[in-house]
Amino acid sequence: MSLTNYLVLAAVLFTIGAVGVLVRRNAIVVFMCIELMLNSVNLTLVTFARATGTLDGQVIAFFVMVVAAAEVVVGLAIIMSIYRTRRSASVDDANLLKY
Amino acid sequence: METVPATGLLAASWLLIALPLAGAAVLLLGGKRTDRWGHLLAIGTVVAAFVLAVASTVQLSGLTTKSVGVELFTFISTGQLDVTAGLLYDPLSAVFVLLITGVGALIHVYSVGYMAHDPARRRFFAYLNLFVAAMLLLVLGDSFVALYVGWEGVGLASYLLIAFWYQRPAAATAAKKAFVMNRVGDVGLALAVFVMFVQLGTTSYAGVLGSVGLLAGGTVTALGLLLLLGACGKSGQFPLQAWLPDAMEGPTPVSALIHAATMVTAGVYLIARSAPVFDASPTARTVVLVVGAITILIGAVAGCAFDDIKKVLAWSTVSQIGYMFLAVGLGPVGYVAAIAHLLTHGFFKAGLFLGAGSVMHGMGDQTDMRRFGGLAGRMKTTFVTFGLGYLALIGFPFLSGYWTKDAIIEAAFDRGGVSGYLLGGVAVLGAGLTAFYMTRLMLMTFAGRPRWEDGVHPHESPAVMTAPMVVLAVGSVAAGFLLVEVFPLADWLAPVFGAPEEATAHVVPPLAVSVLVTLVVAVGVLVAWLFVGRREVPVVAPERVSLPVRAARNALYADTVNETVFMRPGMWLTRALVYVDNRGVDGLVNGIGAGLGGSSSRLGRTQTGFVRSYALGMLGGAVLVAAALLAVAS
Repeated sequence: MSLTNYLVLAAVLFTIGAVGVLVRRNAIVVFMCIELMLNSVNLTLVTFARATGTLDGQVIAFFVMVVAAAEVVVGLAIIMSIYRTRRSASVDDANLLKY
Repeated sequence: METVPATGLLAASWLLIALPLAGAAVLLLGGKRTDRWGHLLAIGTVVAAFVLAVASTVQLSGLTTKSVGVELFTFISTGQLDVTAGLLYDPLSAVFVLLITGVGALIHVYSVGYMAHDPARRRFFAYLNLFVAAMLLLVLGDSFVALYVGWEGVGLASYLLIAFWYQRPAAATAAKKAFVMNRVGDVGLALAVFVMFVQLGTTSYAGVLGSVGLLAGGTVTALGLLLLLGACGKSGQFPLQAWLPDAMEGPTPVSALIHAATMVTAGVYLIARSAPVFDASPTARTVVLVVGAITILIGAVAGCAFDDIKKVLAWSTVSQIGYMFLAVGLGPVGYVAAIAHLLTHGFFKAGLFLGAGSVMHGMGDQTDMRRFGGLAGRMKTTFVTFGLGYLALIGFPFLSGYWTKDAIIEAAFDRGGVSGYLLGGVAVLGAGLTAFYMTRLMLMTFAGRPRWEDGVHPHESPAVMTAPMVVLAVGSVAAGFLLVEVFPLADWLAPVFGAPEEATAHVVPPLAVSVLVTLVVAVGVLVAWLFVGRREVPVVAPERVSLPVRAARNALYADTVNETVFMRPGMWLTRALVYVDNRGVDGLVNGIGAGLGGSSSRLGRTQTGFVRSYALGMLGGAVLVAAALLAVAS
């Protein structure tokens, strides 16, 4: 397996995630797209770790997973509370913080 | 001229200034508690100063070196600049101190009666005391800086006293006018002091007057002209004469003390004290002569046309101080004549003002002479004392004015040449006009049929007012003879101005001058009688008058000239500056602020609150950074 395949897959996943964040309105979906981008980055890290034969990339990938887990907890809680007060999970409705 | 350190009483000369100053401080700080006895304290301090002055002068006359210095303290001490506060008691300051404290004490006494019904009498006496203290500092200081401090002090006291009835708009305006016009002159004096600092490094009389010879000719002339500007401002001389008649808005004792007898003669003192400067600069001295001659005529002409008794006396003061300026402008021959006329003028003009105040007191504060008439029978003491002052002023033979004014006229003729005849002619003409306007005043006030307003009951003033008038009337009669013949002022002032010159060949014999002046005065009296005494005086001033009369009523348009040349352009300038400041300077600052504020609020509009637009921004930014990194790397 060449390195290119992994990296192309990671790029495809990241692009899907980025486009999702930009175009979707449902906060849950936006959230999942962010996870998708994080995991594509993880894939890249692990790929390069394997290619160079070091462990650094794999260690960082674990860190990313831990941070992502914590972020999921906090993020979902915020989405839940917004939904409770506004009866909506659309990111466009939560627009009070502006000029 | 050397100066010896003070001994005995002279060492306590500072008390002369400190006593009235303490009186003013007690009255001003004591408040209502001092209302009952405040005026007595004020009189006490001035009388004490007078007694001390007499004793000091007696001691001075016994000394061989008649110039006593009193070192007090270091006033300013910096690297290049050392000013010590000290007093100089010499014959010249002695006569001034005696005049100020003597006439000042009389006028304090008079004021007790004149201001008896004024609720603010305590404040009045406080200001009077302040004035006396400042005036004594002016004449006693031993340097131009000390003189300047006193000079400003009397200016302040004059301002406060002109505006004493500050509820009257006319009084408030007159005070402001006097203050502003005095400032014009004071700038000249201040610049003169600066010139002394820069050129000589000292301002003491001894230092400056002793080293006038070291200065370049142009510098001396500039110094003389700057001093003259200061003198003109304080003494109401052309071209700064317009404030003095307006200053009559103040209480009459103020007009008598400040605006007739003492403060307005400070200009003469300044020029006489700075005699070496003017001796060294013929140009400056000629300008003094011209100023004096012009002012004699302006004052006399304006005095003929006014109907307000105090304003006529004020214009007369302007004119008489013109004589003194003429005399000091004549050089060494005129200094003594100027000081002698100053002293006698102090007596008779103060007496005349007190008499005018007495008339006003009896007539319910009326000042319009067209509303007087026939007062001679009702106010006998006032009439007699006023009449003696009048005779002294017009130069009736052997009264005060005759001795001192004729001396000035003689000296003017003795200058010789065309200018001598011109100046002498102006002085004689001024004497004739003086006789005219003073006779007019006398006839309108004391003679003729009563033209009183309804409900006015003229009565003689109380003794506390008439007593000072009697003393001053005696002075008006005798002072001239005493100062010229009995105790010659020329000998007394010799240590200051040099020994009196022996009678040299006169251009015009003194007897001829006396006869000429007396004849011209008689003509003036006669003309006044023809105009005023012979026929009924209209109660309202005639509207249709000839051009010269209208010009004289407007004081030869001095106010108009001042307003057109200085006030209006000044106002335009300030308005233009305000406009530039508001629109230009403020506009620039406000414009920058508004521009930044506007653009930032426009930038703020991009913060829409939509998370997805922020995300797009982040992505765009990341792409840009990545592209830039790649571009740099490749």
